[in-house]
Amino acid sequence: MSIKERLSGNEAVAYAMKQINPDVVPVYPITPSTEIPQYFSSFVANGTVDTEFVPVESEHSAMSAAIGASAAGARVMSATSSQGLALMYEMLYIASGMRLPIVLTCVNRAISAPINIHNDHSDSMGARDCGFIQLYCETNQEAYDNIIMAVKIAELAKLPVMVCYDGFITSHSVENIELLEDEKVKAFVGEYTPEHYLLNPDEHVSMGPLDLQNYFFEHRKQLADAMTNAKEIIAKVSKEFGDISGRYYDAFESYKLDDAEYGLVVLNSTAGTAKTVVDKLRDKGIKVGLLKPRMFRPMPHKELAESLKHLEAVAVMDKADSVNAMSGPVYTELVTALHKHDVHIPVSNYIYGLGGRDVKATDIEKVFRDILAAKDNKENLNGTFYLGVRE
Amino acid sequence: MIEIRWHGRGGQGAKTASLLLADVAFNTGKYIQGFPEYGPERMGAPLTAYNRIDDEPIRIHSNIYEPNYVVVVDDTLVGPVDVCKGIDPNGAILINSSLEPSVIKEKLKDVNVKIYVIDASKIALETIGANFPNTALLAAIIKVTGLMSKEDLEKNMLDSFKHKFAKKPEVIEPNMEAVRRAYDEVKEV
Repeated sequence: MSIKERLSGNEAVAYAMKQINPDVVPVYPITPSTEIPQYFSSFVANGTVDTEFVPVESEHSAMSAAIGASAAGARVMSATSSQGLALMYEMLYIASGMRLPIVLTCVNRAISAPINIHNDHSDSMGARDCGFIQLYCETNQEAYDNIIMAVKIAELAKLPVMVCYDGFITSHSVENIELLEDEKVKAFVGEYTPEHYLLNPDEHVSMGPLDLQNYFFEHRKQLADAMTNAKEIIAKVSKEFGDISGRYYDAFESYKLDDAEYGLVVLNSTAGTAKTVVDKLRDKGIKVGLLKPRMFRPMPHKELAESLKHLEAVAVMDKADSVNAMSGPVYTELVTALHKHDVHIPVSNYIYGLGGRDVKATDIEKVFRDILAAKDNKENLNGTFYLGVRE
Repeated sequence: MIEIRWHGRGGQGAKTASLLLADVAFNTGKYIQGFPEYGPERMGAPLTAYNRIDDEPIRIHSNIYEPNYVVVVDDTLVGPVDVCKGIDPNGAILINSSLEPSVIKEKLKDVNVKIYVIDASKIALETIGANFPNTALLAAIIKVTGLMSKEDLEKNMLDSFKHKFAKKPEVIEPNMEAVRRAYDEVKEV
């Protein structure tokens, strides 16, 4: 029997961390992720968990301490947002390059300047090539579920995992959630038994030494292979999680997409709003559907192409801008995936909601109307638009 | 689905009230959302908070532009803020105010929805002994929306207060008195 509760996204993640009881949590607070260490530190203070909580002096130190603890053989979790993730940047590559299964919650927030505390995906998208697995979440429920799965995925894939969800919209909004019993979560994540670790007296290993022309390339290829192999690991762990929770997760969620003529691709909380728009347009007989990526790293390119190839046109919504005079990151990667698998359909790009600009159902309806109209107006296809921006 | 928008000022507890309402509705088996619109967080600055309450899971994640109900925690916001913007013509507005009904009616003369008034601050001062109008406003909006009967509300709030005030049980009864009074005293003008 699951436990019916009402929690904010941050409360849900702190609760999952309590159930996981990681060995070490080094963390530095930053809005809107601050409540995670805040709530978790109370679990530490009252003895509910026996985690070593390390309140460091910066996010760079948080990730550095996470790397040290993980290399020593500990199960490690942390959380951050925005500038905090940016300050960790140097160490993110070291975590993945050393193949350390650290689980990091990234509560998505815009990156300065101008300074802004609200949600977009500039932080995690900026770190998309750092070798972390990235899982994106629509709701507090998905944040809770993905955090629990992330521990197992990270340890099996020997890769760090970043679980991303929308600042304030998901992190601070109280919604219904179903929690698993403590013993179910504990049994699911199990004891962490690292294969190689620094505090093993029976095996002397070096981690992170100088690695020049002779081996560096091979190690990077191993990292690339690990990310490719992570797809199957994520599928396996997600299936196991579905078996204990009744909630099954794929690489992405397809919503009314199979018989759709026009599709929308969007991450995180906006996907929920988009589902209501899909339903509304469906009621009017307009065949639209939605694809919500959960896995962005590794990229499920083949499956994405397979799911979208029957569409007349697709709109990809990006809550981050690559500032590359071309398109946003989800668009760029999705078009690459389609091309790679010989799917040639029109795809337009909508940069939206930067800095927390609210995304209304009518905004999403406009995107659908645009691509529906574009079949008679080809010049609008394949364009990049800034949804609702004032000019 | 019922959509409610709260207008208050930083420090007056509109956010807490929206979370409390979410809590109460959750306890009756509803699907809920309770969220504030975070701004500069200045004491006294106008802010909004929101609730969605439904029998089905709620998927939409935007602010609320066409609320069924509006709650105004501070009557000085009426005028400077277009508190009724987008309100459902069949909905209602609830105002915490000690002003005469005729004055409130005049302030909202362009509004074509039902107007309810509660002097939640007075009730709070007389029961809890401090200007925490949340509890009274919560009871009043529950009556206005018809979300639950007085009996169910009392039972629900008692459970919630027992949990919330576990360490200071002496404030439970004053808060319950505020609930009962507000439920009875809220009136249409």
